[in-house]
Amino acid sequence: MTKGRIHSLESFGTVDGPGTRYVVFVQGCPMRCLYCHNPDTWAMTGGEEMDPEYIFEQYQHNEAFYRNGGGITVTGGEPLMQIDFLTDLFKICKDHDVHTCIDSSGIAFRPENKGLIEKLDRLMELTDLVMLDIKHIDPEMHMKITGQPNDGILAFAEYLSEKKVDTWIRHVIVPGLTDDDKYLYDLGYFIGGLGSLKALDALPYHTMGKAKYEKLGIEYPLGDTPPMDKKELVAKKQVILDGVKARRNDDGKRA
Amino acid sequence: MRSEWNGFVGGKWENEVNVRDFIQKNYTPYDGDDSFLAGPTQNTKDLWNMVLDLQKKERENGGVLDMDTKVISTITSHGPGYLDKNKEKIVGFQTDKPFKRSLQPYGGIRMAEKACSDNGYEVDPEVSEFFSTHRKTHNAGCFDAYNQEMRACRTSHIITGLPDAYGRGRIIGDYRRVALYGIDYLIEDKQAQKDSTGRVMTDDVIRLREELSEQMVALKLMKEMAASYGCDISKPATNVQEAIQATYFGYLCSVKEQNGAAMSLGRTSTFIDCYAERDLKNGTFTEEQIQEFVDHFIMKLRCVKFARTPEYNQIFAGDPVWVTESIAGIGVDGRHMVTKMSFRYLHTLENLGAAPEPNLTVLWSTRLPQNFKKFCAKTSINTSSIQYENDDLMRPVHGDDYGIACCVSSMVIGKEMQFFGARANLAKCLLYALNGGIDEKTKKQVGPKYRPYDGDVLDYDKVMELFLDMVEWQADVYVNTLNIIHYMHDKYCYERAEMALHDRDVKRYFATGIAGLSIVADSFSAMKYAKVECIRDEDGIITDFKITGDFPKYGNDDDRVDAIATEVVHKFMTAIRRHHTYRNGIPTTSILTITSNVTYGKATGNTPDGRRAGQPFAPGANPMHGRDTHGAIASLSSVSKLPFKDAQDGISNTFTIIPGALGKEDQVFAGDIELDLNK
Repeated sequence: MTKGRIHSLESFGTVDGPGTRYVVFVQGCPMRCLYCHNPDTWAMTGGEEMDPEYIFEQYQHNEAFYRNGGGITVTGGEPLMQIDFLTDLFKICKDHDVHTCIDSSGIAFRPENKGLIEKLDRLMELTDLVMLDIKHIDPEMHMKITGQPNDGILAFAEYLSEKKVDTWIRHVIVPGLTDDDKYLYDLGYFIGGLGSLKALDALPYHTMGKAKYEKLGIEYPLGDTPPMDKKELVAKKQVILDGVKARRNDDGKRA
Repeated sequence: MRSEWNGFVGGKWENEVNVRDFIQKNYTPYDGDDSFLAGPTQNTKDLWNMVLDLQKKERENGGVLDMDTKVISTITSHGPGYLDKNKEKIVGFQTDKPFKRSLQPYGGIRMAEKACSDNGYEVDPEVSEFFSTHRKTHNAGCFDAYNQEMRACRTSHIITGLPDAYGRGRIIGDYRRVALYGIDYLIEDKQAQKDSTGRVMTDDVIRLREELSEQMVALKLMKEMAASYGCDISKPATNVQEAIQATYFGYLCSVKEQNGAAMSLGRTSTFIDCYAERDLKNGTFTEEQIQEFVDHFIMKLRCVKFARTPEYNQIFAGDPVWVTESIAGIGVDGRHMVTKMSFRYLHTLENLGAAPEPNLTVLWSTRLPQNFKKFCAKTSINTSSIQYENDDLMRPVHGDDYGIACCVSSMVIGKEMQFFGARANLAKCLLYALNGGIDEKTKKQVGPKYRPYDGDVLDYDKVMELFLDMVEWQADVYVNTLNIIHYMHDKYCYERAEMALHDRDVKRYFATGIAGLSIVADSFSAMKYAKVECIRDEDGIITDFKITGDFPKYGNDDDRVDAIATEVVHKFMTAIRRHHTYRNGIPTTSILTITSNVTYGKATGNTPDGRRAGQPFAPGANPMHGRDTHGAIASLSSVSKLPFKDAQDGISNTFTIIPGALGKEDQVFAGDIELDLNK
């Protein structure tokens, strides 16, 4: 069994996948998203090393709460940076028929790395749901926001579609940064082509992460950017859905 | 069958006072959703606006609008009072006008005087003179009997909130009996009870006979009081409006005579629903009318007020009445007890707006119908006003006709009562254990002069031994103090109205309570898993601690520390059980300082868990603020490990969460994406 490097454990997760979930926050992430609200999970060192068995025991303590439509979600941090640990944990989960979910940015995906793909293939057999957070559909904007390119991430989305792994697309909408209708439509058009797409989770940007930056002594990159307005968010979500719809129509015509 | 009962299924309840049997034979479980509910009528809106206006005036007036300073409150002391007589479908106030607080000196004349003077009023000198010279009060009785040690414990707050100067409350009359049987039958029943007492006049028999006589007087006065409002409650209620009115009159009598620490209502909704179903079937009333009766009833319960001092309000964080009403639950035959009336009661939170009173409490079970669960969740999210209690835990002990007094004290309605016992400050007890009974704040010798802790680093085993010895002492002085209090309360401030609506032979719980449990658990955890050095002041008294290293904290589902909390509760309860209790009360304890945790914190010095002097305790059985770091379920899981058998008077956890943390809004989250494409 491979130990995981864990940032924290949350026993009452209600926004990270279906139902009430036990949420494992792993430590370490290569992305530096401007609006990240968990900067304390960036560092690849630190956290606490834990056995998959221990984490599953913690889950089992209160299983009654998760049994009815919930399960375990691993988020972070970037879960796919610890793929061996994740596979060991999910193996135990599936042995006990527990619903498994990964919340990932897809940044670790390298289509050319055969060893990695083999491991991923194995993990995906044990994974019920992937929540893929696409930060931006445009490569340049993506680089600006996260400090990383997005080609591997989009390839990961297509990989999930091929593997028929249920996928939720998450997208954080930040005023002035990721709320341009053109790009939102393009994003929708892209994810509309994914056969495994099950849901769209449009997340409003909030400023609750600010305090963590202060604590860590890091300057807050988004300064005084206001939180996303709820009503406007509903309209933005609709733009993405319009893109999805257009793509599905186009694909339908082609087929 | 009596004509008032036409249409009901008969049974044992026809020939004996047995409300539970009536409910079980006649209630209609409801599995549907909330779509049948009716909104507020114009009358309801008008009346509620008048109440809101009075509330505003009361606030502007500094918290009290009017006080009676001369007329001693009894069931019939005041004539009828109204908001707007023509609009009120359910009537009755404690005095002759709404928001006028009554004068209740039997608990203690000084408290009554102070409640008036602190609010700018003065008790009539003749009343003061009478209760100081001619008629002893409960408070005076207690202080006649207290010994020096009891007084010292009271002053130092190692025992806190004792009901020796105010009404103990926590007794729930079976107010439904007034509606189902009418007063005349209840008086006959009480007379038969009196005729059936033992013939050898021991103290117990004499007291019982005197109490039954008092109860019969109360019943007669209830009838008179109702008549002053133009209502005849001598006979059974004939429809749902009369049933609600009669039930409310029963309750009203108890709050006219008792300013208790908690004056709860019981479990009325499913009972009332039997009448509502009958009326709907017969076409007597419409859904809108029935909701109007319920709204007006709840409105009246929201207007119950007592004269209290600022200190009292500080202990209880505000001016609570604890009009707790227990809703739903599961019957012992397996049927759930959710009725349309369960929905109607909760719906008042929408029709009248959110409010802390009455304390609507859902007896929760995993087996409640899904539609009702959804409705509860929705109402909780919208109003933050519902309390939840674990029916699956309490039903095996109390059956299916129990109710909650105050926040968590469970008792079978009309068959069980409790002697309210405030609480013992366990965190302070731990400090007394370290300092050989010397109070860390006053430096006085309050507890016994046991050997103080002599090391520099706190050793778990040694401190535990000292602590358990000190707990034995604390339990001893605590139970004996309560014995005096309840003896005197029965003697000088007897709850005749509530007890008139009980069986002759009631089961009495002798309640005690714990404050500071999470502090004690974390303190011992720190000793065991980290290093705790004690710091002594110039008098050699341990007043501070230095902790090195981390330690498991209660509230994270970590057995290493949760087991300590469980052990402490068990040891405390064992110590309590060792003692003689007044009237053979069955000892119980509670962990439920929902509101007084701030006051207790102020009275307690630095503790070995790292809490600083003066900092609030955690409320009830909650973990200390900010120490639960694994989310809500882990936190609740720690609480749920506490043994109910050793804390049968209840374990409370105060839980706050922002609505956004309860899940996604449908507006934002597009699940099941195919559906959206067809728009």
